[in-house]
Amino acid sequence: MTHDDIRAAFLEELVKVAPDLEADEIGDDDHIQDDLELDSMDVLNLVAALHTRFGVDIPEPDYVRIATPALATDYLGARMAA
Amino acid sequence: MLGTIRKGSGGFRGASLPDPDKARAEFTWEIAEKMLDGLPDGALNIAHEAVDRHVGAGHGEQTAIRWLGKSGAREEITYADLAEFTSRFANVLKAHGLERGDSVFGLMGRVPDLYVTALGTLKAGLVFTPLFSAFGPEPIRTRMEIGSARVLVTTETLYRRKIAKWRDEIPTLKLVLIVGDEAPEGCVALGPAMAEASPEFETARTMPEDRALIHFTSGTTGKPKGAVHVHRAVMYHALSGRYALELTPGTIYWCTADPGWVTGTSYGIISPLVNRVTMIVDEAEFDLDRWYSTIEREGVEVWYSAPTAIRMMMRAGDEATKPYDFSGLRFLASVGEPLNPEAVVWSNRVFGKPFHDNWWQTETGGIMIANLAAADVRPGSMGKPMPGIKAGIVERTSTGVKELGDGDIGELALRPGWPSMMRTYLDEQARYDKCFVDDWYLSGDLAMRDKDGYFWFVGRADDLIKSSGHLVGPFEVESALIEHEAVAEAGVIGVPDETAGEVIKAYVTLNPDFEPDEALERDIRGHARKKLGPAVAPREIVFRKTLPKTRSGKIMRRLLKARELGLPEGDISTLETDET
Repeated sequence: MTHDDIRAAFLEELVKVAPDLEADEIGDDDHIQDDLELDSMDVLNLVAALHTRFGVDIPEPDYVRIATPALATDYLGARMAA
Repeated sequence: MLGTIRKGSGGFRGASLPDPDKARAEFTWEIAEKMLDGLPDGALNIAHEAVDRHVGAGHGEQTAIRWLGKSGAREEITYADLAEFTSRFANVLKAHGLERGDSVFGLMGRVPDLYVTALGTLKAGLVFTPLFSAFGPEPIRTRMEIGSARVLVTTETLYRRKIAKWRDEIPTLKLVLIVGDEAPEGCVALGPAMAEASPEFETARTMPEDRALIHFTSGTTGKPKGAVHVHRAVMYHALSGRYALELTPGTIYWCTADPGWVTGTSYGIISPLVNRVTMIVDEAEFDLDRWYSTIEREGVEVWYSAPTAIRMMMRAGDEATKPYDFSGLRFLASVGEPLNPEAVVWSNRVFGKPFHDNWWQTETGGIMIANLAAADVRPGSMGKPMPGIKAGIVERTSTGVKELGDGDIGELALRPGWPSMMRTYLDEQARYDKCFVDDWYLSGDLAMRDKDGYFWFVGRADDLIKSSGHLVGPFEVESALIEHEAVAEAGVIGVPDETAGEVIKAYVTLNPDFEPDEALERDIRGHARKKLGPAVAPREIVFRKTLPKTRSGKIMRRLLKARELGLPEGDISTLETDET
């Protein structure tokens, strides 16, 4: 998957969890909790969805590394390459 | 059942009540009265007890609030600062012509201005209502309407996102104060207003039975209810903070609850300050490493948290706790929903102290049943009634209620009369009266008392949902759902979830011309999240052709839930139309 593919897939899962958001209005540095107003249960659901989608298990201490689309894209890319 | 955690000599060394049973037996309310200062002529004001009296007694330089900003900022607010800021805030209210008894709503995250707003409002003799900042516009508006809001204190972002559109439709609203130095049109910037205001204010001589706080809570039917609390409640905040949370002067204390809910006000503002602790206030949401490092770095001694967060820590495992030093922790407590026994045992292993579960409600104003520091903990139990509190298990009968014995499951009830008990539901005396039968306050929670006097939570007696510790009324969620053009009817229930306790699930039927599919499911869920906010909106929506209904047309949520859980359907004699 390319960087752009990962980003698009991440946004797709994000708006499934929080369908009040529009994928094309989300900025790369928007914080999923502070700016996009996901709560902690949303974050858990997102982590589960990303696991299914990418086959990547995200441990709790790494949640900060998926806090924005930019961070998440890098993180997921690196984890899939590993 | 997991084994009892025995306290032995280590557990009650230094506990505020070394012998809880004896304390219960010998308790009189004079003990609580003596914890307060009071004002001349029998007046009593929460803000005086929480702030100004400590300054008067020479503790002005002590840190009252250590604020940790989301991005690493730190601010120390002393008791003297807090006395000054709350006086300035009270003067701002006065300058705008507001009067005793007027209602001030606070809608913001955990920023210092929130604490100043709450206490400054009380100092001025006005009535404070906190709102959860993650609420969507709908729950905010409903609460401001019911509470006849005169003043709203919020941030510019929240104002633009959630208030601006309908602000003019709240006829009582006179003043909108915006935190910071700038404000949109029609609002007043709080920063400059505070700077111009005098730092001197004579605390309003409120009487003990004068209104102080209104906390909203959900009902199964109808609109949310505003539980009215009075200044006398501070007597119980002082006492219960000391006994159930081990708050003593100078204690470093962290309550993780948001002041948008009753725990975050009673035990995140009032009780700790009345007991002259140093409060840690973290603006950020739950983040494992941030939380663990906060406890270590700030030397947190008493930590009051909630099951959802504790279960998230537990999921992260023991390994995540290893880099940290938790030896400063003296006492841990939990509230919001029952803490599962495994989490109690886990916390005892990794923190060296168990979380002490306790039980109370918006209506009770303070902790009613608790695991106290010196008492053995039975994991999964909420503990025993606090000194001064008489609790029982009762069953409703045709003529009143009947008290049940040990081991029987019934409704958890309390003998009325403790100081922090709600005084009414705002403009809904009839709903208030219904809570009291045969001199018992009926909590709506089902519980059991064992032969040794420990209370155990069993479930709700009604349809209310407890999600991440927040009480959610299905009616409010259903009302928002049917505002979506596709939705004809909606039934909302809580389904068990290992982290949140329960999550909200909705069953909907569609209007003609709409087809159930994934896109529509998402659209409806998105609509609900915009209206209600993520804490209240359903996490899952399923489509049905019809919903189970009674002859009078009421959706049988109980039946939806029984089927969801695979439980017996119980009495379905009133079922008229079944689910398809």
